[in-house]
Amino acid sequence: MVSVSEAAVRDHLTSVLADRDEEIADRWVQLQIEQGAVGSSISETELRGEADALIAALRAGLESDLPVDRVVTSDEDLRTAVTDFSLQRARLGTAPTVTSLAVLSLKEALLEAVQRRVADTDELLAVALTVNRLLDAAGALSFDIYVTGREEIISRQSRQLMELSTPVVQLWKHVLAVPLIGTLDTTRTQVVMENLLQAIQTHEAQVAIIDITGVAAVDTSVAQHLMQTVTAVRLMGADCVISGIRPPIAQTIAQLGIDLSTILTRTTLADALAAAVRITDAPGVSGDQTAAR
Amino acid sequence: MSAPVPAGVPILRLGNVLVTGLLDELDDKTARAFTDELTERIAADGPAGVLIDISRLEIIDSFVARTLSELTTTARLLGARVVVAGMRPPVAITLVELGLALEGVETALTAERGMQALGWYHGSQPPERGTR
Amino acid sequence: MKMTDEVVATRRSRPASRPTPDPVGPSIGVSGGPSGTPVVHEVRTEEDLLVVRHAVRAATLECGFSLIDQTRVVTAASELARNTYIHGGGGTMSLERLNRHGRTGLLLVARDEGPGIEDVEQALEDGYTTGAGLGHGLGGARRLMHEFRIHTEPGVGTTVSAIRWTER
Repeated sequence: MVSVSEAAVRDHLTSVLADRDEEIADRWVQLQIEQGAVGSSISETELRGEADALIAALRAGLESDLPVDRVVTSDEDLRTAVTDFSLQRARLGTAPTVTSLAVLSLKEALLEAVQRRVADTDELLAVALTVNRLLDAAGALSFDIYVTGREEIISRQSRQLMELSTPVVQLWKHVLAVPLIGTLDTTRTQVVMENLLQAIQTHEAQVAIIDITGVAAVDTSVAQHLMQTVTAVRLMGADCVISGIRPPIAQTIAQLGIDLSTILTRTTLADALAAAVRITDAPGVSGDQTAAR
Repeated sequence: MSAPVPAGVPILRLGNVLVTGLLDELDDKTARAFTDELTERIAADGPAGVLIDISRLEIIDSFVARTLSELTTTARLLGARVVVAGMRPPVAITLVELGLALEGVETALTAERGMQALGWYHGSQPPERGTR
Repeated sequence: MKMTDEVVATRRSRPASRPTPDPVGPSIGVSGGPSGTPVVHEVRTEEDLLVVRHAVRAATLECGFSLIDQTRVVTAASELARNTYIHGGGGTMSLERLNRHGRTGLLLVARDEGPGIEDVEQALEDGYTTGAGLGHGLGGARRLMHEFRIHTEPGVGTTVSAIRWTER
């Protein structure tokens, strides 16, 4: 086999990418659509935009002085193009295999274009090998970024879900309520506590109602956290009413031996609101529960 | 106890309420001097209430917590009611986790609310109840 | 709040600002490699307590702690430093930024050459049960941190190491 210089290979590739960019981009978009990979989540125009950007970046990367093995990871524009491509798919929830396939089909589109231009077998082989190395690196980077992107999305979503599932609402002037629904774990109880205290300060609320009608059961640590929340609310100078304690939870609390004598409880949210309004009508301070009793 | 060293923390008198506040830069010496001076003022002025604004405090450790508890008890013994106002949310959470609930210390959301609780109103007439 | 025993004791040159023998045994290192140089502050006077508090606040900001976590760590540091000052007769507090599994943490090490703690369990109980009393505040500090370890020898001294990690 006659060795073909790397410079010659890169020359071939850059000129193919320059002269036949339209053709390669069209073909790549076509291949991706044929694979049915992206479904309707990305329009053809968007795919074409991505393709143009990536092909241009690939050419610029090859024209740089960077060695082939490092072009993808070290050339800033190329890296950005691969990153955008991968994050876009991570955001749309495209399957990881589909994302990998998309990168591989660029290989196919590019090789077809090279084949039409390079006649010499040795040269063709050398160029094909380089294309392989380049796009394998791009595939690896793409997969990495895809996974990181997904992880970020998942952790952001779980945070948002946490926020969503613990809304603090203003029920009345100076009265806030947190209706808790579902399973309470320690993390969520802590988020509730932090959100509630912040809201009390923001709204200058005098009474905070924690409604646990929708909570099926609590364990020791959650019960403890609820009690801590009540204490923290009192320290800030507001009062806390817990409403909707269902029988199993009442039993848990009783078994824990938690002292509820200082905590105001009501059966329903409506009763709690009535109690809260009475408290706000009386200019008392926290710790002075006479107004509410 | 010898004559208190001025703590550098202003103590104002508004009607029958003494109003004061703690700063975050409170060191132990200042805290002790402040306690002494406030105690002297309560004994001398005989106020019905004492408002301590703590909205500037970025942390309350067990020392400051104990200072507040002791002040409350001392004041009560001298016939004055203490309201601690304006504790920040992170401070409240941390105190609870520390295991310090400041039992027996009355609290208010803001200095204004604390003053109302102590029966002091802006203007000559108390506002109608429930209109705020 | 979870407590783990992940703190691994390793021997490491003592980064104290004044040369003293190391009477309390190995200092504490953390698996995952050091990520910063410990900064050592003297805890000898009441003024030092304020200085330490400011330094810890600055360090928590640098580590990217939330406001609530900043408050927790600074409060814990205040308890530890006070313990060193009052019960240990003075000593040092070192701060070190850690990185482990992509998480950032702050390691506080309070060290004194005081009388030591006779009954560690009792000392940890104090702050919890008496609330306002607190000779130590150690129990409280432990609840504010993720990892907590006391090494004490009567007549020799006490070293308390505590770590809090940032939220993910």
